[in-house]
Amino acid sequence: MSLDKATVRNIAELARIEVRDDELDHLAGELSGILTFVEQLAEVNTDGVDPMSSVADITLPMRQDVITDGGYAEAVLANATDAVREDEGGFFTVPKVVE
Amino acid sequence: MTKLTNLTIADALSGLSKGDFSAVELTQAHLDSMAAKRELNAYITETPELALEEAKASDARRAAGKAGSLDGIPLGIKDLFCTKGVLTTAASHILDGFKPQYESTVSQKLKDAGSVTLGKLNLDEFAMGSANITSYHGNVENPWKSKSEPAKKLVPGGSSGGSAAAVAARIAMGATGTDTGGSIRQPAAFCGITGIKPTYGRCSRWGIVAFASSLDQAGPMARTVKDTALLLNAMAGHDPKDSTSAPVAVPDFAAALTGDIRGLKVGIPKEYRPDGLSDEVNKVWEQGIEWLKAAGATPVEISLPHTKYALPTYYIVAPAEASSNLARYDGVRFGLRVEGKTLDDMYKKTRAAGFGAEVRRRIMIGTYVLSAGYYDAYYTKAQKVRRLIAEDFTKAFKDVDVILTPTAPSAAFGIGDNTDDPVTMWLNDVFTIPTSLAGLPGLSLPAGLNADGLPLGLQLIGRPFDEETVFKVAGVMESAAGFTAVPEGV
Repeated sequence: MSLDKATVRNIAELARIEVRDDELDHLAGELSGILTFVEQLAEVNTDGVDPMSSVADITLPMRQDVITDGGYAEAVLANATDAVREDEGGFFTVPKVVE
Repeated sequence: MTKLTNLTIADALSGLSKGDFSAVELTQAHLDSMAAKRELNAYITETPELALEEAKASDARRAAGKAGSLDGIPLGIKDLFCTKGVLTTAASHILDGFKPQYESTVSQKLKDAGSVTLGKLNLDEFAMGSANITSYHGNVENPWKSKSEPAKKLVPGGSSGGSAAAVAARIAMGATGTDTGGSIRQPAAFCGITGIKPTYGRCSRWGIVAFASSLDQAGPMARTVKDTALLLNAMAGHDPKDSTSAPVAVPDFAAALTGDIRGLKVGIPKEYRPDGLSDEVNKVWEQGIEWLKAAGATPVEISLPHTKYALPTYYIVAPAEASSNLARYDGVRFGLRVEGKTLDDMYKKTRAAGFGAEVRRRIMIGTYVLSAGYYDAYYTKAQKVRRLIAEDFTKAFKDVDVILTPTAPSAAFGIGDNTDDPVTMWLNDVFTIPTSLAGLPGLSLPAGLNADGLPLGLQLIGRPFDEETVFKVAGVMESAAGFTAVPEGV
């Protein structure tokens, strides 16, 4: 698979990573090289094989749907840039979304 | 008397209990060593005051007859484990200033056992790398030097490169590592120490910065097999906070070191002998087989036919999971924020500035293979091949009790080597990735030196939740190898 610049730009957009125009050629080369390498999997016959999503041979446990943790907004906000403290409302801040 | 920093954990525990020295003295010796070997860049954050406080508390516990299983043992913690109130970076710019408000389960268990934390160890950014050259906080240097080029700086392996370098250089008695595709075993091999990636689910992943959740597993790194087993005893166990943590009992791993492996069958996979495998790696592998034969085990040639597809499978599955896990770094709740005109603009600028080249590359690959129209062709296909790789091991373990392979295709290389293209670097993990995809326990131990005086490791792979057999065989190999070489300045 050889990726063109438009595709790389689209991937970067989906991944929410800003990429400069002058980086596109280099990135396209690198990503195409990786995809070509992984495409050798096409030669493996996987008819009738179930996809493996986890090696943990356990059934995920069930529990009562009750609150067992929480109640520390101050700790949750402690590492956020420009967070508003709990006693002043307690929320994260982001650039204005609605005009 | 042996220098305190040269003791094994087992001997240090005995010395502490006999009162030969205090936990404060033992800790201070390691802090002095840390200061003397700062050029290795093994630690991102040193916490000497905290370490001495913990050491004092340990001495008090011991005096009161309440010492834990690792009381007073100074350890380093890979900077991928969240530590309450102590900077946690994952070696990434994007976690600038992040001080977790909670402690990871594994590091808490080590604290509960009485250990002393010396600091947070350097690693590849988000544990993505095999040479510890992708850290935002700089490269880690391997304490070992090549005989032919003593001035050349060598990589410690990765991603747990700081952990391996610190343990080898005697600036920690043991360390935590994490392993997603070889990140404990390959650096252990490069630095001449022992490390085990336990069975997936053996150690809780709670509070460890996630890379690829279906593969990530914490494990210990130390200078002897017994020390590694003692550390795993404290780290392992079911944790309700990690739904993939296995609700199984934790045996005494150190008690498994009986020295008796008579009658055990050891699988030797023929696919791990690719064309171009170096003679010195082959030689040490052959030597390992001879040691096991001499101890009464029987080598059996086995076939793991899908081995060659493990690397491409891994490089779809791991980036896919990483692209999803790393979506949380958006500048809103923690770490770096680069201001932007809009919310999306802030996300993109923050992530462009915060992630290094290798992390960005893997996120983009992961994003692509999960995107509409490509999901089945790449991601589902890789998940299917992953099952075939896991089944290869299941079949092999019907006939053998443990598998022996080299850990890595070479000894440590120079900083800057193997960086021409990403795939060349990834080949370092060709022998460790299949085990990770199958979720099996894998241990690396030092087996000898190459012609250049650099350590080479051998890997033992076990059945799920049968770390005991792995440790038992490793103990026998360790005695046979008699590996006593040490890096410069130790």
